[in-house]
Amino acid sequence: MAMERRRGVTWRSFRTATWLGWQIESNWADPFVFAIYSLVKPLSGALILVFMYAVIAKDGLGSPLFPGVFVGNALFIYVPAVLAGISWTIMDDREHYGMLKYVYAAPVNVLAYLIGRGVAKALVATVAVVLTLLLGTLALGVPIRFAAIDWPLVAAALVLGSAMLALFGILLGAVTMVTARHNYGVGEAVAGGLYLLCGVVFPLDTLPPWLAAVGRALPITYWLEAFRRALLGQSAASFAGLSDVALVGIIAGSSVVLAALATVCFRLAERRARAKGLLDMQTMY
Amino acid sequence: MKGPSAWTVFWRTVIGRAYPRIIGAQREKSWVFFEIFLPLLSVTAYVFIYRAVQAPPEFIGFVVLGGAMSAYWLNVLWSMASQLYWEKETGNLELYIVAPTSRMAILLGMALGGVFQTTLRAVAIIAIGTLLFHVPMAATSVPILLGVFVTTLVALYGMGMLLSSLFLLFGREAWHFSNLLQEPVSLVSGFYFPVRALGQVVAAAASILPITLGLDAMRQLLFPAMLGDLRFLSPLVELGILSGLAVVFLFLAHRALAFFETLARREGRLSVRGQ
Repeated sequence: MAMERRRGVTWRSFRTATWLGWQIESNWADPFVFAIYSLVKPLSGALILVFMYAVIAKDGLGSPLFPGVFVGNALFIYVPAVLAGISWTIMDDREHYGMLKYVYAAPVNVLAYLIGRGVAKALVATVAVVLTLLLGTLALGVPIRFAAIDWPLVAAALVLGSAMLALFGILLGAVTMVTARHNYGVGEAVAGGLYLLCGVVFPLDTLPPWLAAVGRALPITYWLEAFRRALLGQSAASFAGLSDVALVGIIAGSSVVLAALATVCFRLAERRARAKGLLDMQTMY
Repeated sequence: MKGPSAWTVFWRTVIGRAYPRIIGAQREKSWVFFEIFLPLLSVTAYVFIYRAVQAPPEFIGFVVLGGAMSAYWLNVLWSMASQLYWEKETGNLELYIVAPTSRMAILLGMALGGVFQTTLRAVAIIAIGTLLFHVPMAATSVPILLGVFVTTLVALYGMGMLLSSLFLLFGREAWHFSNLLQEPVSLVSGFYFPVRALGQVVAAAASILPITLGLDAMRQLLFPAMLGDLRFLSPLVELGILSGLAVVFLFLAHRALAFFETLARREGRLSVRGQ
């Protein structure tokens, strides 16, 4: 009975937070303006890469590196969206809307609430990812063939990757809970580091060996590799010896470790925030 | 009793508003991480793209210079254009409005403080980037380079003051609008590649943004051989256009501030929060 009630609270918290997140994301503009806003940013990011390759690569967009880089960049749209979406919720609710203390006072599962807020960002990101990939396929010669896509690998990467990113977001939410507001959120900061370290826009071996080793220790690197294999049918030289099953296993294993780490860190941060009175802290310097 | 002159009040306001950005910000040391280390990460990512395709080292210089100048653009967006929105949200805007001082002085103080703060960040990006990636820079004309740099900043912050006035009317859309102007402007201004690659028409349209011409001129002056076929206009022509943009933006900012303040008062938007 108690278990069922807890499940009910979790589901309601998640569902309501998703709806609330969607409203916050989208209701500041009419749907047309919002659609343009959601697409212009990621497409511009992709076009920066296109022009960099067009200007300097020997074969321009025909460079063998370009498809993998383009797909990596498109899929990476999810990373800042979910990481920043979840961790920034703490800041936004605490300091902008002043609602975090009320969320804690209500019968809400806070972890489900935070993930729900991240889902709203992920939905917007999904549209941007799909359209960026379409642009690449239809206009830039990125060789994604619908019939040749490895759908089971796409499904595994999508499901496990979403869980992994959400858990990463919770971990950063724990940090946000006990830190001040800065110009950038912790989520954007970490996403910037991951953009460099995970070989998103260049092969991992281009990095100095010690930085490449850090990249190989990050699950997002394997997640991007899974998508490159599934969509393009090609794998990066650094991961040539790794089977698809091993790749999915690494992402799943990392998610389990992250789940434990994120839950423990978030509970510790929560306890500290309650003890130090940080749930309604204002640090808008 | 005679109070201070309008001129004295103007400059006190400028200093007062610049103070938190020049002195106050130094008290929170985390800015070193957030303002220098993080932007350096994205610059580094773009450097490795050029390394992966074995581009000449001058292209890495383009990225480092673009990364440093992008710091000014981000400062204009988030600490000038959106600033009055933040002030509204934190309850300071009403105090600015009722204070017996010039609103232009407040904007000027914000701009000067922002230029100081961002110059620290830009210098750090250029110094670390140059040392880390061995960028070969050789200025062909230091006076023109300095002239272009200073004029770019005046025009850019003039534009920021204009946007700031416009954003007086905005609610949450101010945040989204600033967010929207990041990547698209990085693209059309050629932060990470020569703007000429976009074609003359797009480059000409993007010249309304002072940073487009400023970057192109500075790249020509620092990497003369490399830019060759990819130069947009000559640096002196670009300096002339930048000077014109500086005058126009400052004039428009002055007019827009009065107009939008009146409009915001009439529509009751000066004190609406959490919109």
